[in-house]
Amino acid sequence: MTKALSISGLKKSYDNGFEALKGIDLSVEEGDFFALLGPNGAGKSTTIGVLCSLVVKSAGQVSIFGTDIDQDFSKAKRDVGVVPQEFNFNQFEKVADIVINQGGYYGLPRAVAVERAEKYLRKLGLWEKRNMPSRSLSGGMKRRLLIARALVHEPRLLILDEPTAGVDIELRRSMWKFLKEINAEGVTIILTTHYLEEAESLCRHVAIIDKGLIVENTNMKSLLQRLDKEVFVFDLLSVLTQAPSLEDYPVTLLDGKTLEVELKKGQSLNHVFSLLADQSIEVVSMRNKANRLEELFVSLVDKTEDQDEPVVGAKQ
Amino acid sequence: MKMAEQWIALSTIVRKEIVRFTRIWVQTLLPPVITMGLYFVIFGQLIGSRIGQMDGFSYVEFVVPGLIMMSVITNSYSNVVSSFFGVKFQKSVEELLVSPTPNYIILLGYVLGGVSRGLLVGFIVTLVSSFFTDLTIHSLPITIAIVFMTAVVFSLAGFFNAVFARTFDDISIVPTFILTPLTYLGGVFYSISLLPPFWQSVSQLNPILYMVNAFRYGILGISDININYAFFGVLVFIILLTVICLRLLARGTRLRS
Repeated sequence: MTKALSISGLKKSYDNGFEALKGIDLSVEEGDFFALLGPNGAGKSTTIGVLCSLVVKSAGQVSIFGTDIDQDFSKAKRDVGVVPQEFNFNQFEKVADIVINQGGYYGLPRAVAVERAEKYLRKLGLWEKRNMPSRSLSGGMKRRLLIARALVHEPRLLILDEPTAGVDIELRRSMWKFLKEINAEGVTIILTTHYLEEAESLCRHVAIIDKGLIVENTNMKSLLQRLDKEVFVFDLLSVLTQAPSLEDYPVTLLDGKTLEVELKKGQSLNHVFSLLADQSIEVVSMRNKANRLEELFVSLVDKTEDQDEPVVGAKQ
Repeated sequence: MKMAEQWIALSTIVRKEIVRFTRIWVQTLLPPVITMGLYFVIFGQLIGSRIGQMDGFSYVEFVVPGLIMMSVITNSYSNVVSSFFGVKFQKSVEELLVSPTPNYIILLGYVLGGVSRGLLVGFIVTLVSSFFTDLTIHSLPITIAIVFMTAVVFSLAGFFNAVFARTFDDISIVPTFILTPLTYLGGVFYSISLLPPFWQSVSQLNPILYMVNAFRYGILGISDININYAFFGVLVFIILLTVICLRLLARGTRLRS
């Protein structure tokens, strides 16, 4: 299968000596929904900046659908649509003009750009606002405008840099639905996000970047399988005065009617339920304590923190 | 990018620029008309009638080409510097930078935008001047060629300024401290033959003097300098500034990190 994106040895150093990317290797298959995760300042936006030519790389190779950006960046750019983190459109320009003009910059005849602008503004619920200046839109609408603008030239690879930051949950879910639809139509998607639940629900593959290095690159399923424990929260029917004893399962009573139970990999939830039933404890609902991916993410990023810790007492 | 696509990208930029300056016509088109109208009233009618003739023409006739050129210079420059700095400041320049639009199309688009405003304002000021004097044109090709080339030079200079500017102060420094003094001392209001020999020589170092005089030659048929020098100088400036601006765009100076 063609690689939508292939990055090898990508480095970026700034004039002040800061090394934002220390040699990244990454590949994304065509049609994938790929998450690029990492804490603030890890290098996610720098990587995206290189892919869309806003950041000039210091070393390494980048190919987009087989086109080396050093050989023909213009061709590579046609296949990429970028949704940046910041609202980088003209605040005084009309919504429709922003999308239509972007089509013009990609060489789309005006009639086609107008047609596509209508298509994507309608899909993203912005058609009614087409003649409004962009500054009058709400934060969520501005995010959707960025997506419409990125799609007007119908790229094969869509890169979204924290597209749902500051967006309410209802809108976030409608954006997820939209992104799943366009991915199903064949558009490869790379997503950076701080909402790990978002990555878990949308993405098939994930790379975690920290301090300019890829610390994990795998598919979501196998990453989640590496979780060795999970904490479940049980809401109880009756009030308990003390935490019940559940054999090998560590239990914490949060309040009279809420219980936290920790399960190791391979342990059975059915067994926990039967132990609770034996003690006449009825469960009315259950949920994960924390997002599973979040736990893994923290453990992976913590690991690199540990490696960077100076050795206490080391000779200077 | 194919030629047809480049043409679309170019026309998109130019259209956007023209829409921008016509949408804010109260800020862009009206002020030069009022300012130049006042110049015509004061220097042409009130004071000009007492000054008498300048190089064989009434003072208002003498001053009109200079004032038209002054508005072309100022408007070409300020259109590009404010527009390009504006998109840089709002980061909407990234719309262009992420697209396959070649650098020379970006530069040409903004320059044509600046030229459009410069020439439109020049045309409006010419219309206003017709209320104060009868304009007859000595050489239409020379007039059109020099005004067009001058608008190109100052649009390029505006682009250069916008690339380097970090703040709004930076885009007003050049017009205030360089452009305005050079324009006022560039033979707009007087013939340098009135100056002592030393100051005549100093004035000849001012490039705007050549542009104003070449334009005045096109309209009135008189000039303080050899207009061939003017065309040559303007051409050199165009080539030099184009090369510099394209290099800045290729390097991504203050545009890409």
